[in-house]
Amino acid sequence: MSTTTSPIARRTRIGLLIGTLGATALLAAGLPGLGAANQAAADVAARAITIKIASFAFAPKDLTIAAGTTVTWENQDEEVHRLAAVDNGFSSPALDNSDSYSHTFATPGVYKYICSIHPYMVGRVIVKPAGKSS
Amino acid sequence: MADRDQRELSGAAGINRRGLLKCMGWAGTGVVWSLAGGVPRTLGLIGSAAAAEATQGELTFVQISDSHIGFHLPPNPNPTATLGEAIAQIKAMPSQPAFLVHTGDISHLSKEEQWDTADQVIKSANKQVFFIPGEHDVADAGNGKAYLDRYGKNAQGKGWYSFDVAGVHFIGLINVFNFQPGFKSAGLATLGDHQLEWLEKDVAGRSASTPIVVLAHLPMWTIYQQWGWGTADAGRALSYLRRFGSVTVLNGHIHQIIQKVEGNVTFHTAASTAFPQPAPGTAPAPGPMKVAAGELHKYLGVRTVDYVSSKGAPALIDSPLVA
Repeated sequence: MSTTTSPIARRTRIGLLIGTLGATALLAAGLPGLGAANQAAADVAARAITIKIASFAFAPKDLTIAAGTTVTWENQDEEVHRLAAVDNGFSSPALDNSDSYSHTFATPGVYKYICSIHPYMVGRVIVKPAGKSS
Repeated sequence: MADRDQRELSGAAGINRRGLLKCMGWAGTGVVWSLAGGVPRTLGLIGSAAAAEATQGELTFVQISDSHIGFHLPPNPNPTATLGEAIAQIKAMPSQPAFLVHTGDISHLSKEEQWDTADQVIKSANKQVFFIPGEHDVADAGNGKAYLDRYGKNAQGKGWYSFDVAGVHFIGLINVFNFQPGFKSAGLATLGDHQLEWLEKDVAGRSASTPIVVLAHLPMWTIYQQWGWGTADAGRALSYLRRFGSVTVLNGHIHQIIQKVEGNVTFHTAASTAFPQPAPGTAPAPGPMKVAAGELHKYLGVRTVDYVSSKGAPALIDSPLVA
């Protein structure tokens, strides 16, 4: 029964995500100087932003960030959504309810994206040079 | 299931009623409505009561749609079970269909195990099945490669095909690729030039008396633009088909039964075997519609298409799932 395997698959993905985060923390801890690691963690926190996918819309629809920021899309709809950049620069897997996807924007520019399943759902990420986001 | 009360005729459009039915909107002007368990269903077009007595004709096939295997939320955490009930209902039909068509969204997340499950359930009908993909079937990392590798081996281009049975010409169209990004346009589906050129050639030279059945996932007319329920270049496809005496367009995607008649062309959206969606514009967004547990089956169903004669339009019977 695929309906019973689905939650298991999702738990596995969450497990993998936690595992990845753990590995990142270990790598950060391995960097020279604990203070530098803490500073790096603070930067990561400041540079992580979530876009909600709810009621077949992205919120916020337009987001301005500094280069280097990681954007996480979180699907709060019961319907599946799948992100696709218009310039093909990034695309997510199909995101089921409560799944999320992250992408780090390294280069300044305007990035248009849609839901490839519901292409009338559109959004833009405007990436400014680092330190000039606000 | 053979109980006449459970069967509704939904659109045996006779060509002689063309004038009356021209410009009939999807809301059902000119359609006799009945209430079955609180769910409005069409009983048939005005003047077509006789068609309700249609017996098995020269060709009968069944349409199923939007099985969404892998969906796991209310109102139906187990769409595998309801697909199984739909197949059981088909197996119990007194007049067995020649084959089945599935008009897309077989899976919920384009996963092999979801298609495996669907195939396993559908296989028990012991019928040949013609599939077209829904947008949920082309949401893999390869943008549809997984579906095409599995279901599209004998198809053209990105999965389109045609075939003939009992004098009826079937055309499977694909409108789940080539979406227009909704920045400056409505964000509707398109068929694309490559497929339209193929379609024009496919029907060229065929006699206008050949009955045509078109399968597509998204509606081939704009039912509700705000929810993307339409195909931007459907008009060009229909321009190649209008000369035919009987064109029946079957689609899925919107998980509810809506019809429209335009001259010799009749459009029929199908019920899902998994979950209903709201009527156009009646909710802030489309998506799974919650219904009381005991009510779910009334919103799900299968459709029988029956060509009484190879010259006229077919009789369509939409049957809700029997709980």
